[in-house]
Amino acid sequence: MKNPLDSLWGTIISGLVLTVILYFVVKSLLGSGI
Amino acid sequence: MDYVPAFARWLHFMAGVMWIGLLYYFNFVQVAALKAATADGTAAGITKHVAPRALLFFRWAAVVTWLAGAALLSDKFVDAFTLRHGMAGIGVGAWLGTIMLFNVWALIWPNQQKILGLKPATDEEKNKARRVAFLASRANVALSMPMLLFMAGGWSHRAIFGL
Repeated sequence: MKNPLDSLWGTIISGLVLTVILYFVVKSLLGSGI
Repeated sequence: MDYVPAFARWLHFMAGVMWIGLLYYFNFVQVAALKAATADGTAAGITKHVAPRALLFFRWAAVVTWLAGAALLSDKFVDAFTLRHGMAGIGVGAWLGTIMLFNVWALIWPNQQKILGLKPATDEEKNKARRVAFLASRANVALSMPMLLFMAGGWSHRAIFGL
């Protein structure tokens, strides 16, 4: 499998996916009162 | 008025713009430019005159950004890095920024020194260094996207997380 970081679009899509995942992690942490 | 946080925020933004601006320059401009310049024999213009200067400001702007950010967090520093007491948003931003700083000083800069001939290296070592520095730099571009979301809104605009 090709490394997504080899292309600019792959890098941007990876960043967006990571942003969405971390958004829900933080939302859950803040929502649970931590 | 509290002058220290105001100054720290200003410095954090200025140095951060320089750091991430140069990171985007490397990834969106220089990588492709170097490929084209190598093909027509003009790469030395970039590798000798542009890249070392850009890397100088890049790596030190990263340090200033981190230190000013730490000063800005002040007594909330530990809460942010332990993601406690409502600091998970800015804390994740701070962790991402810290990982990026590590990438700059532990992976990108030492390998760029070999690539640019500032440190002795064989051709094989240079090829390996090129790959490691490239991937660390690209990883930082990806990490910068959530980092900027959490830096921009993690502390002052918690409404984006439904609070």
